[in-house]
Amino acid sequence: MSRLLALLFGRLPIGWLQLTHSRTRFAAALAGVAFANVLVFVQLGIMNSMATATLKSYDFFSADIMISAPDANSMTEGGNVARQWLLQALADPEVAAGTGLFLANVTWQRPTKALALTTYGVDPAQPEFLTGEIAAKSGTLQLQNAGLLDRFSRGLKREEAAAIRPQTPLSFEASGTTLTLYDTFAGGGGFGGDGYMVVSDQTFLNLFPARTSGAPDHILLTVVPGADPDAVALRLRDLISDKTLRIRSYAAAAQEDLTYQQTKRPTGIIFGFGVIIGILVGIVIVYQVLSTDVADHLREYATFKAMGYGQWFFLGIVFEEALILGVLGFVPGFIVATGLLTAMAKATTLPLLMTSKMAMMVFFGTVAACSLSGAIATRRLAAADPADLF
Amino acid sequence: MASDDDFPIAAQGLNHWFGSGEARKQALYDVNLRVRRGSLTVLVGPSGSGKTTVLTLLGCLRDVQEGSVSLLGHEVHGAKSDLLISLRKRLGFIFQAHNLHASLTARQNVVMGLQVHGRVDPALADRAAAHALTLVGLGDRLDYLSDNLSGGQKQRVAVARAMVGNPDVIFADEPTAALDRDSGSNVVDLIKKLGRERGTTTVMVTHDNRILDRADRIITLEDGRIVADTEAVPA
Ligand SMILES: Nc1ncnc2c1ncn2[C@@H]1O[C@H](COP(=O)(O)OP(=O)(O)OP(=O)(O)O)[C@@H](O)[C@H]1O
Ligand SMILES: [Mg+2]
Repeated sequence: MSRLLALLFGRLPIGWLQLTHSRTRFAAALAGVAFANVLVFVQLGIMNSMATATLKSYDFFSADIMISAPDANSMTEGGNVARQWLLQALADPEVAAGTGLFLANVTWQRPTKALALTTYGVDPAQPEFLTGEIAAKSGTLQLQNAGLLDRFSRGLKREEAAAIRPQTPLSFEASGTTLTLYDTFAGGGGFGGDGYMVVSDQTFLNLFPARTSGAPDHILLTVVPGADPDAVALRLRDLISDKTLRIRSYAAAAQEDLTYQQTKRPTGIIFGFGVIIGILVGIVIVYQVLSTDVADHLREYATFKAMGYGQWFFLGIVFEEALILGVLGFVPGFIVATGLLTAMAKATTLPLLMTSKMAMMVFFGTVAACSLSGAIATRRLAAADPADLF
Repeated sequence: MASDDDFPIAAQGLNHWFGSGEARKQALYDVNLRVRRGSLTVLVGPSGSGKTTVLTLLGCLRDVQEGSVSLLGHEVHGAKSDLLISLRKRLGFIFQAHNLHASLTARQNVVMGLQVHGRVDPALADRAAAHALTLVGLGDRLDYLSDNLSGGQKQRVAVARAMVGNPDVIFADEPTAALDRDSGSNVVDLIKKLGRERGTTTVMVTHDNRILDRADRIITLEDGRIVADTEAVPA
């Protein structure tokens, strides 16, 4: 290691020798950096999980344009949209097809605990608006009061979910209707409910008699091949008489939902703060480690300065230390954080994941914070006469 | 008129103060001196008389406040930090406190005195450092961490570090205080030899009689003023 660094820097690896001179202090410094990394990783993981969970509901459907009520800041919020606007939209030559999407919470009273299911009512005759497993299994939704259940619903045992199959359906009572689950799909915990359920629009209206087929929660549209959803959405805003509606491309709707969750909803703001606080605490720890090290070696540095070493030399030592602490502190930090996130994901069924983007951000952030702290700490040296530091 | 080459160090009208406001106190009063190339000049005087202050001003370790210091042909007063850095590289310092780097071995500390001049072939640097350490009697302690050396041994490492880069001028502050009789006179032999062979100029603070006997010139300071300046009669 020492030899490698010597080659790299073209001088004695003073930073390395200095850091490793006292094993216990080196271990403590690495633990500090690793802890700062874990802190930021966990906060970022929580923040990311909210994004993943928010975008999850958009993954269930395949559309190019979404029409929502003016107060629909997210998929699960806001009032209804009259179906007549769907007919108006179809008048645009580049709009290929459209469907209504119903959405509400259904509570499944189970002996142990009630499950809150975010339930979508879709038209089983238009599976092209559905994706993956849901599209493939949408045939069973034609049956009366049939449903597909999110097999990763919080509180649902794995064996229990596996037992739900077309041959062995499972029935339960919800708001006076007997629902029968014929199959399952891969959903996975969100912040709004314990899991997801998909039913037909007919079944949905049976469950919620107050709702009418003429007013779904959202309208989904597809455009003809080659058409630009954003351009079509812009045109529809002119075409559709109700000017208060939110008419956006499906991708834009998902992105706006995410921004809303992260910046307007209390949970998003709290998680955002968590990340900022994690980063601040991390910087304080790293600064403490580096500035203490510089302060401890000020006399020696003053001697080097007296011998004719310039400021770049000292910055080089500090940068060397920053790199060593950044790399060696990152490894345990990364391992511990991955373990923690996995454990937390298991306990909450939230999609808490270690991503390579997070890893890169935290690694370069750490090295940058270390370098900056060290650079600030060496400023005292730059200003002082060497004779005053002995 | 002698050129700068003959007098690598010259101070004129040097005044210096420490502290500020009420606590401001003058430490040096109108110090003038010129030091001849290759000579060994010794500064003596009671404690607090300003010897270390003179040494650090001449060696650009402290900003000159008033007066002029000319070092190796360059004016130091008000000089830019680039000039100060390049001048410092041509000097060798042996301090009252040895100031070795605790995380480095004796040899690595000496190598630092070489690397200040830029990249050096590691094998070459190691050999030069070993040679310098052998000259001060530490050939058998090359790879000791400086923590594991005695006070006198550390001081000798500092001497080797100051000399290894072939400096033009050596400034030494009581370099033999912690040395026994033999190593003390070894150091002086070395300094005299460097003066003869390479024209290395040395300014040293010391009260060691063995060194005073061999000095070319003795300058006495008292309360920040030069009160006596005697040149030894060439033998
Ligand atoms: N950093 C400083 N701050 C304030 N006063 C100082 C400082 N350094 C030296 N002095 C004062 O300047 C005067 C000269 O100090 P200097 O260190 O030059 O003395 P010296 O001759 O080297 O003494 P000694 O033989 O004890 O080393 C003293 O009165 C001292 O108190
Ligand atoms: Mg002194």
